[in-house]
Amino acid sequence: MIQRLLGLPIVASEHGPQLDFYTALVHLLMLALFLGWGAYFVFALHRFSAKRHPRADYYGTKSKFGKQSEIVVGIIEVLFLVGFAFPAWAIRVNAFPPESEATVVRVIGEQFAWNVHYPGADGKFGRTDIKLVDANNPLGLDRRDPDAKDDITTINQLSLPIDKPVIVHLSSKDVIHSFGLPYFRVKQDAIPGMTIPVWFKPTMLTPEGESWEIACSQLCGLGHYRMRGFITIMTPDKFAGWLKEQAAAQ
Amino acid sequence: MQPIPIIGAYLSAANAPGGVMLPEFYNQLGAMHGTIMVFMGVVPLAVGGFGNFVMPLQIGAPDMAFPRINMASYWAYFVGGVVMLASFFLPGGAANSGWTSYVPLAVTATVGQTWWLLGMVLLITSSLLGSLNFIVTIFQLRAPGLTFMRLPIFVWLQLVTAYLLLLAFPPLEAAAVLQLMDRVAGTSFFLPSGLVVSGQILGNSGGGNPLLWQHLFWFLAHPEVYVLILPAMGIVAEVLANNIRKPLWGYKPVVYSAIFLGFMSFVVWAHHMFLTGMGTTMSAFFQTTTMIISIPSVVILTSLFLSLWGASIRFTTPMLFALAFLPMFGIGGLTGLPLGLAPTDIHLHDTYYVIGHFHYVVAPGTLFALFAGIYYWFPKATGRYMNELLGKIHFWGSFVCINIVFFPMFIQGLAGMNRRLYDGGIQYAHAQTAAKWNMPMGHAAFALWAFQLFFIFNFFWSIKKGRRSPSNAWDATTLEWAAAPSPPPHGNFPEPPVVYREAYEYSVPGHPRDFTPQNEPETKRDK
Repeated sequence: MIQRLLGLPIVASEHGPQLDFYTALVHLLMLALFLGWGAYFVFALHRFSAKRHPRADYYGTKSKFGKQSEIVVGIIEVLFLVGFAFPAWAIRVNAFPPESEATVVRVIGEQFAWNVHYPGADGKFGRTDIKLVDANNPLGLDRRDPDAKDDITTINQLSLPIDKPVIVHLSSKDVIHSFGLPYFRVKQDAIPGMTIPVWFKPTMLTPEGESWEIACSQLCGLGHYRMRGFITIMTPDKFAGWLKEQAAAQ
Repeated sequence: MQPIPIIGAYLSAANAPGGVMLPEFYNQLGAMHGTIMVFMGVVPLAVGGFGNFVMPLQIGAPDMAFPRINMASYWAYFVGGVVMLASFFLPGGAANSGWTSYVPLAVTATVGQTWWLLGMVLLITSSLLGSLNFIVTIFQLRAPGLTFMRLPIFVWLQLVTAYLLLLAFPPLEAAAVLQLMDRVAGTSFFLPSGLVVSGQILGNSGGGNPLLWQHLFWFLAHPEVYVLILPAMGIVAEVLANNIRKPLWGYKPVVYSAIFLGFMSFVVWAHHMFLTGMGTTMSAFFQTTTMIISIPSVVILTSLFLSLWGASIRFTTPMLFALAFLPMFGIGGLTGLPLGLAPTDIHLHDTYYVIGHFHYVVAPGTLFALFAGIYYWFPKATGRYMNELLGKIHFWGSFVCINIVFFPMFIQGLAGMNRRLYDGGIQYAHAQTAAKWNMPMGHAAFALWAFQLFFIFNFFWSIKKGRRSPSNAWDATTLEWAAAPSPPPHGNFPEPPVVYREAYEYSVPGHPRDFTPQNEPETKRDK
């Protein structure tokens, strides 16, 4: 309903509906203020035009309405901050699930693709080295490292199981990108020299024949517009099968 | 991809072969649009133009305090502008990393970025010189009797603006020099170790941090928003007071709010950076300051709205633009709310919602105020009025078109359509419906341009053929109208004016006329 009214895209993550709800509340406040002041504005222009009101009143309004409305707006803003923004943000950036209970992946942006790195069956990411980067090994993964033996890398395809939290360790090889998942209400800059974790929990399967997208959301050069990856949410069984397929293809 | 209609044929083959724009050129236009509008358009017009012309007249000064510094400021601006515009003709074209010039993208960009940085250093220097001059002039050259609480609002807001320019620009000037060093001298203030760009290990990188640039940039660029809006509010206040024929409601709260706004504008910058990995403490701080800064803006807007109560409104062309500013700036301010709360910013960040938000502030907001100012002070500068009919056509056409251009951006942003995409994001599934707005928006943009022709014609025609105006063209109270001839001669005033009363003494009870100029000596009636 909220989604429809505001024209928001599909929401496929656990925290998404809460953010949407508050987006709607904020817009409701905005609308009320705009319509309220708008009605006053139109009335005042009509009532106090020089034609209808040839002599202006030096003293103007004595009403305390201005101050009162300012105080009300201030209080509502405090409520939004304390009741929603602070706790909701804390959940996004602090309340990470334990890695043992989550799907953990690395996503490394580069001009103009998303490299996805799964740790494989051992749950450990192999060593990477920029000296090993080449066309066939965009991450510079050192396959001689025992932890790297079973690692899986894909380009522009992030597959995830449903109903299990995901932790993405995000970084970039070259310039700043932004890992935007419009259907999941997730967006986080990928900044070279830093690894920033971001988490969410997918709650909807990607329908057969549909492709959900990773949209680069920070200007990253002339190919920014085509830096488009895909995210697919699968049943756990299907995800396990997909991982096996990918492992065979490495 | 289709060729751009009409204009496409005139673009060079390097930028738009066969009239189809290349992504490289699109990125140049994006970066340079922001730079030109902010640093070469609005600031020079609102501060350099209106400030320099109107402010000394309103305070009863013969000129700015330091005419030579003023000239230096102008020439720094002129050379900076030439450098910026000339950069389009470099190999690889002008700067293409956004007006924000985020690193490392900007450091690895084509040579246009070097010229952008040089141009910025010159433009910033220009603003710094100008701001010093404004502050000294307002403090030193006010007419006898013109106390601070008798200053017209426009002068107050120019004063606050000058402080913002003085204090916010130096960090960006330093940052621009550092980025220049990163580009040409092999330093790495902003580059971390281990960058691999297009498969090549970047030789000079190491030890720097890309976020340092963002902090320095936004430390300027947020106060800059208020540099764009405060002079505009000042113009609106002047035009409004004159056309409601009564004093502005809440003069003192407006002044105090503007000063408070100035201070606060230095502690909100990181709300542009919520998605850079910001933790809870820092995001809480910047969300709180962002909500706090909305209060003085609300106070100013409320005061202007409430000023209408009991007025006798004259719907002149400048007044129409000033009135339209109020709800338009209102939309711009309100849509800042979901962007200022970090969790709701996640979905809207870097979408068209942001573009819509700040364009409502600076296009139908600031630009409309600047139009109001031009129509209003034109008789002072030329001794002639601009044509009212052409002015009204210009207003209504612009008002309708500009809303068709910018309002759909909120719909597109909510749908998740990203900004700065060469193809408008048409590849993305979530953009399919909202992208349909691009057509009406594009048509409205052309129509908006066409309506500006009425203004341009009116402007030049009225200089020669406009109806002659008396020196006080609008029966106004402030000194530029009450004490100076139109156009003002060298030295502005035939004799130095003396001020006896507050700025907006309209419709004072017991006075025969509905305006009492600031320089009208006190009579028994005033007691």
